[in-house]
Amino acid sequence: MTTRYTKDHEYIRIEGDAGIVGITDYAQAQLGDVVFVELPSIGKTVNKGDEAAVVESVKAASEIYAPVSGEVVEVNSDLEASPGAVNEDPAGRGWFLKIRVTNPSEIEGLLTEEQYQEFVKSL
Amino acid sequence: MAEPARADEPLLKTPLHGEHVALGARMVPFAGYDMPVQYPTGILTEHNWTREHAGLFDVSHMGQAFLVAEDKSHETVAKAFEALIPADVLNLKPNQQRYSQLLADDGGILDDLMVTRVGAPGHEGWLYLVVNASMKDADYAHIQARLPAGVTLNRKDNLALMALQGPSAAAVMAEKAPEAAELAFMMSADVQIDGIWCHISRSGYTGEDGYEISCHDKDSAALWRSLLAHPEVKPIGLGARDSLRLEAGLCLYGHDIDTTTSPIEAGLIWSIQKRRREEGGFPGAERVQREIKDGAGRVRVGLKPEGRAPAREGSVIVTPDGREVGVVTSGGFGPTVNGPVAMGYVARDVSAIGTDVHLMVRGKPIPAKIAAMPFAPHRYKR
Repeated sequence: MTTRYTKDHEYIRIEGDAGIVGITDYAQAQLGDVVFVELPSIGKTVNKGDEAAVVESVKAASEIYAPVSGEVVEVNSDLEASPGAVNEDPAGRGWFLKIRVTNPSEIEGLLTEEQYQEFVKSL
Repeated sequence: MAEPARADEPLLKTPLHGEHVALGARMVPFAGYDMPVQYPTGILTEHNWTREHAGLFDVSHMGQAFLVAEDKSHETVAKAFEALIPADVLNLKPNQQRYSQLLADDGGILDDLMVTRVGAPGHEGWLYLVVNASMKDADYAHIQARLPAGVTLNRKDNLALMALQGPSAAAVMAEKAPEAAELAFMMSADVQIDGIWCHISRSGYTGEDGYEISCHDKDSAALWRSLLAHPEVKPIGLGARDSLRLEAGLCLYGHDIDTTTSPIEAGLIWSIQKRRREEGGFPGAERVQREIKDGAGRVRVGLKPEGRAPAREGSVIVTPDGREVGVVTSGGFGPTVNGPVAMGYVARDVSAIGTDVHLMVRGKPIPAKIAAMPFAPHRYKR
């Protein structure tokens, strides 16, 4: 199981031909208390870097960008009732959406865990 | 995730800056100051703590000043200031405070402020002002330019200001200064806390009972620590200050009120006492009196979006059939309401409570209703 990261603090955890997308622990801490998540409709096609979801904290709205191109095949509808899961367990219960990856080579261009941790340290 | 923008200009620091950093606050630029937006527990926890216990806020960035009549006459200083604001200053009792607005000649709001008739012995003819941080230089220049001979403005940049807000505030203050407990809403007193001189007023910006506490900057850290040592008191940042005031239906200058809005459009007629409504004699009186008589064309209203999505400042307000009727001026998530809340201006014909409107959020219409404010009931000490 491979997890890759973007410099915008999204992660994608690869499971077969699809990936689970969420935001990192660093990102949730920066955002503060999440109160609402707007998720895309299932079947939506996104290109790498497109807005895939919107996360609202008490203070502000932030866009979540698709780390890779693909089709949204599943969304975490539990976030409607418990958006706080993004803060409590960003890598687990706080996931946003699942993308069927159309261009696997895009994954290789993303940051590894080690590279992402280095990047966060540099901020 | 998009990164927030950072300002490059050097930021001012309040005398409590070191306290915030030591408490692990996240500091952000606000009105030219480096201010705590939240402490490690986060905005939701801070908001709820203030509603249930007592929150301590550093608001030392706000402008504090005195207007002083050389002839030591309250009437002299009151009349001078009444020429700039629509509140009744003349009939303030010693130590009584009022909320008002500095008005432009066209009736637009230059800033909102608190004015107190100083009650301390030997200070007859003194008014104490608190103005917004972002506007203080402009306010002072405006006031200075319009004062008659014999009245002077003294800005007090060596004073700190903090607010203690919430249902436990009175009990906490009573332990420090027994006379604080009996103080009525919008009344002030000079007290000693741990030997520190403080000017306290029973007021605030959260909708809760509480106090604003002014002291000399050199004493502020000791006072801050003394109040924070109480188990009912936690530090609260600007993030929760904003969600608390939004739920309380209180205006934020530069957002809900500005030079394009009049006090009548903003629903602030309660802050213009009867004598001033009738007599006028303040900038923009013609517009204010006309809007009182005929109604304003647009009015500030509360907005309650359906569902969970917050509608932020700038969201356009439309009727269900798509007619644009206004704009959201403040909006977000109300932790006490446990849902989104907003305020904004709408055309008068759609301003009745219960009217259905749509708020445009990211291009999509969110159904909402015009709602009564405050969203969280005021719990002032009357």
